[in-house]
Amino acid sequence: MESSHIAIPEGKPKIQIENLSLFYGPKLVLNNISLVIPENKVTAIIGPSGCGKSSFIRILNRMNDLIPEARVEGQVWIDGENIYDKDVDLVALRKKVGMVFQKPNPFPKSIFDNIAYGLKIGNHRGQAELEQVVERSLRQAALWDEVKDRLHQNALKLSGGQQQRLCIARALAVEPEIILFDEPCSAIDPIATARVEELIHQLKKDYTVVIVTHNMQQAARVSDYTAFLWLGELIEYDRTEKIFTNPANKMTEDYITGRFG
Amino acid sequence: MKSSVKKSRRHFRSQLTQFVGFLALRISVYSVLFMLLYFFYDLGSKGLGAISWEFLSQVPRRGMTEGGILPAIVGTFLVTLITALFAVPLGMAAAIYLNEYARAGRLTRLIRLSIRNLAGVPSIVYGLFGVILFVNILKFGTSILSAGLTLGLLTLPWTITASEEALKSVPDSYREGALALGATKWQMIRTNVLPYSIPGMLTGAVLGLARAAGETAPIMFTGAAFYLPFLPRSFKDQFMALPYHIYIMATQHHAIDKARFLAYGTALVLVAFVVLFNLGAILVRARLRRKWRH
Repeated sequence: MESSHIAIPEGKPKIQIENLSLFYGPKLVLNNISLVIPENKVTAIIGPSGCGKSSFIRILNRMNDLIPEARVEGQVWIDGENIYDKDVDLVALRKKVGMVFQKPNPFPKSIFDNIAYGLKIGNHRGQAELEQVVERSLRQAALWDEVKDRLHQNALKLSGGQQQRLCIARALAVEPEIILFDEPCSAIDPIATARVEELIHQLKKDYTVVIVTHNMQQAARVSDYTAFLWLGELIEYDRTEKIFTNPANKMTEDYITGRFG
Repeated sequence: MKSSVKKSRRHFRSQLTQFVGFLALRISVYSVLFMLLYFFYDLGSKGLGAISWEFLSQVPRRGMTEGGILPAIVGTFLVTLITALFAVPLGMAAAIYLNEYARAGRLTRLIRLSIRNLAGVPSIVYGLFGVILFVNILKFGTSILSAGLTLGLLTLPWTITASEEALKSVPDSYREGALALGATKWQMIRTNVLPYSIPGMLTGAVLGLARAAGETAPIMFTGAAFYLPFLPRSFKDQFMALPYHIYIMATQHHAIDKARFLAYGTALVLVAFVVLFNLGAILVRARLRRKWRH
């Protein structure tokens, strides 16, 4: 295999991953990955199915901890703290690193209670503040105008695209610094996808965004940096423009031009 | 060659197969329904005559051929209460542990298998176990308490299994979603799993309790009395119970002509008790659903 090409991005680093390997039981899922994710940028993770994209992103908020046989080696530094240290508070980590899942997963509660969920389980706040946060989050997720008159309706009645924006608003409500998107558009239609992409574009002003996608056009449209994963190896990481116009690695080129994957 | 879309012989053959298949399914349903209706008709026609205010509100008199069955009604109610207080919370807690906390491993599999097997243990065996544990070792005596706890043990495998199924029916995406928002595990369970599984848990619990209320063997040795012309004063007292009373009136009484009629009446009361119980659970469940699902 050709040597991998890993660029160091400009700007302030938010997440630094060093020699990261992930095992599911005896199976090596991610092999010795090192990369730096810059602050207030969108970083896309692309690669064929089964390459470890989703496993990779779930490292960053330690959702892999839910899988009993998962084992992580290496370090993941966020703002200079290794999130795999023993004294890490998972609750604090997950408040700092929000996540939007592949399939919209609104809770079967009202729209209001969905957005307020993260605040209600945290320290209790007054109704007025809750209302404020709910409105702000829904506006940020470009959903406010569609739902402002039915905040107490069940969130499951929303369309798929609206549900996904609700999930984004729900993640924003706890004021994270990083937002992880795990193929956020794979279960919604093209128009809803366009809205979510536009949203991701705006979010990078205030947040660091990491997005997993199997859709290369989407990576090209929304991201500043792109990492190409293949069978658990990081093959190439660079500015998105560079990856899509002049990739350093032959395999990256073959993948983005659709020759495999 | 173009294919035809007109009805062919093959079409009629598959139509026939389908017709016969559906007919068989329909007959199955109707025969079950018929048996149930016949059961109610038989019970009603033979037992309704025995029902009177006196029958429901008096203690038995004259070798149980006159008076009523109030001690048996009260006894069954109190025993079921003990069973519910013991088996429902314990069953739910065990299910929460097994489904949410226990790591999938050999031990957990063994525990689960044992629970499934307990559901198949004959009720008389529970009765014998109840005598040893509750009556003798724990010295509760033959009492409402011993009988209720014995029935609780009998019900536990059912409540645990039903509660686990209810927990499993909550999608994992609710759990992941809550954790990703910074919920602790218990917060996640309390706010995003239990509310959606409690209606299912209650259904399972009530089915188990209804079954327990009608059991005879486990209470025979642990507290049920042949004949008590007064109501129990504490949970350490012996009691009369509807199912045991039916058994006695139907098989152990010397005056068959007088007793048979009363046995049917008692059976009707027991069935009504169970039906009311189930209705109550349905109402509670509907209210919980409305409350939690908006």
